Amino acid sequence: MTRLPAKHRTAYINARLLDPASGLDAPGALLAEDGRISDLGPQLFADGVPEGIQTVDCAGACLAPGLVDMRVHIREPGEEQKETMGSAGRAAAAGGVTSVVALPNTDPVIDDVAGVEYIARRAREEKRVKVYTYAAVTKGTEGRELTELGMLGEYGAVAFTDGTKAVASAQVMRRALSYAKTFGHLIVQHPEEPSLAGGAMNGGEMATRLGLPGIPSVAEVMMVERDLRLVELTGGRYHVAHVSTAATVDVIRRAKAHGLNVTCDTAPHYLTLNEIAVGDYRTFAKVSPPLRGEDDRRAVMEGLIDGTIDAIASDHAPHDQESKRLPFAIAEPGIVGLETLLPLSLQLFHSEKIGLLDLLGRITAKPADILGLKAGHLTKGSPADLLIFDLNKAGKIDPDLFESKSKNTPFEGLPVQGRVRRTVVDGRSLFEAA
Amino acid sequence: MTSAHSTTALGGYRHRHLLGIEGLTAPEILSLLDLSDGYVDLNRGSDKKKDLLVGRTVINLFFENSTRTRTSFELAAKRLGADVINMSVAWSSIKKGETLIDTAMTLNAMHPDVLVVRHPDSGAVQLLSEKVNCAVINGGDGSHEHPTQALLDALTIRRRLGTLEGLLVAICGDITHSRVARSNIHLLNTLGARVRLIAPPTLMPGQVERLGVETFHDMRKGLEGCDIVMMLRLQTERMQGSYVPSTREYYHFFGLNQEKLQAAKPNALIMHPGPMNRGVEIDSDLADDINRSVIREQVEMGVAVRMACLETLNRNLIAANAAQEQMAQ
Repeated sequence: MTRLPAKHRTAYINARLLDPASGLDAPGALLAEDGRISDLGPQLFADGVPEGIQTVDCAGACLAPGLVDMRVHIREPGEEQKETMGSAGRAAAAGGVTSVVALPNTDPVIDDVAGVEYIARRAREEKRVKVYTYAAVTKGTEGRELTELGMLGEYGAVAFTDGTKAVASAQVMRRALSYAKTFGHLIVQHPEEPSLAGGAMNGGEMATRLGLPGIPSVAEVMMVERDLRLVELTGGRYHVAHVSTAATVDVIRRAKAHGLNVTCDTAPHYLTLNEIAVGDYRTFAKVSPPLRGEDDRRAVMEGLIDGTIDAIASDHAPHDQESKRLPFAIAEPGIVGLETLLPLSLQLFHSEKIGLLDLLGRITAKPADILGLKAGHLTKGSPADLLIFDLNKAGKIDPDLFESKSKNTPFEGLPVQGRVRRTVVDGRSLFEAA
Repeated sequence: MTSAHSTTALGGYRHRHLLGIEGLTAPEILSLLDLSDGYVDLNRGSDKKKDLLVGRTVINLFFENSTRTRTSFELAAKRLGADVINMSVAWSSIKKGETLIDTAMTLNAMHPDVLVVRHPDSGAVQLLSEKVNCAVINGGDGSHEHPTQALLDALTIRRRLGTLEGLLVAICGDITHSRVARSNIHLLNTLGARVRLIAPPTLMPGQVERLGVETFHDMRKGLEGCDIVMMLRLQTERMQGSYVPSTREYYHFFGLNQEKLQAAKPNALIMHPGPMNRGVEIDSDLADDINRSVIREQVEMGVAVRMACLETLNRNLIAANAAQEQMAQ
């Protein structure tokens, strides 16, 4: 009989340690003690692991910070038939995601302190991955009255966004940026001029062929350009969600060069698919903003490589059959992403467009730093939120194996390389590959 | 479930469904037109009945109001001896849920042989076709396709001018919202005609040139040298979207009258899929000019074309079922 050690200690040995923020990429080991990283490096346990420490042999696999997904629709409260705190937590763990940030466009909307506390309580009850939440910028995401940004922040909202709706009024956006600045809070915008965004897919040849109303790509950049003027005016902190067009990448690149306080993310589907994926009215490829043309996709990729785009977020948007098995124009937009974030991102590395550490940084340290989360770093004293994965393991995306309640992915059957072996949150293994 | 491309002994059109013109080959289209020619003669005789579809059930499933198309399909099916049921389903885009799929599944359980479907949403007929075992004819889906309209237009032209090859055809009006325009663009291009689109920029869909057409915003220039002038209905229900300022202004610039028609070839034919807005997109006298307008002929050709489509799909269905039985043995 072995007795439980005084401290709960786990050694992860024979790993390829990957810490994007410090640039560490070396074989070595990591010691987690009571949920925190207490040591790591190439020399650690070079002479073997002392007795009393649980050992996980990584067998040469990569050990990186657990992924931080800054855009997740958990659908709870209100649409539990699509996803729940529990199923989202299992999906995240299976996908190597240890921190998720929940979007506030639930029913009811997370626009008051009770809502923020509800999310926190449900996350505690489920005890899975870490769940942070945005709160709405405006009450009911209706775009008119500001929420209690200050108090919501005190109760744990990590940033503010109206989710899948743009803050359309320039005056409201101006006040939001200006007021949030008092507390150092970040405003996250769904960048789309609503009066131009009434269509079902990207405007252009495909939309014309399919007879679907198109959304012109300028609908995105004009909202970002407007907002950047307001950022200049107010000095507020501003983040653009899911950038999808070349023009937006350009504008943000220039704004950053001018020293404006702006960051942005994109989703894997804007890096890997274009509007052709809509094909014969495939509603699984309907997203908001819509998949764009190939030139836009390439520009978004370039923006990721040169650092204009800071982060990749899955924009996990689960939908049941009833929301997707509809004529294209009235089907709900969205793709499930928690369980494909890693393999789809790794595609970008395998196609040699971006270095491994750089890429991992976009799904770990960068989003964590933008939102001020204690996550995304492999450093002593950090929470032991870890992802162990095989970099080259080949497989296919199989929605039937998803932990998510919803299977709405256009990536079914896609051959990918890279597989999660183990997901650890605060030193606890939440997922181990069979 | 058999594939959408199961073959028949006949050659020609071999698909299980008729969902659109895009992607069809010239021989496929021509085989349907050839078959239609025979039905024009039959329909002009006094005994119009054939028994090719006796014992078959055709359901006209219309999620959008239509009198002429539904009647045309109904008549076509009845003249071939089929049992015909008409179903009108009120549908609003706001209404969600699985109405469309539910309806398809319910009807499928009644074992129809052919479903003729019209729906206000682009792609809806294809979606429905994936859920049923019978043949499906697209009777018009949203702004996407209306294949039998393009076929009847082609038949009308071919019977008047002998061929479509080399003809210059102008399609004028609300291209953006028109399924008739899309089906005609594909069909005319496939059969070797040249297509011009004439519309104000607000009613011209983006990058439509990539479908192999020339675009014009000046009607007189667009009509220059044209053999055929196809007018489209201005969908006045969409006027509140500020696509055009008023019907008066629209008629002034894009309505077909004698004066503008001068730009086309002297004997150019005028077509319209109906129903017409007289005085909005077409001058009333011009519409009734029996020397120029073939609008009523189009209606006549409609029944013949739909008979040809029903016959063809029925044959394909029989062949597919036979092939399936053979596989099973």
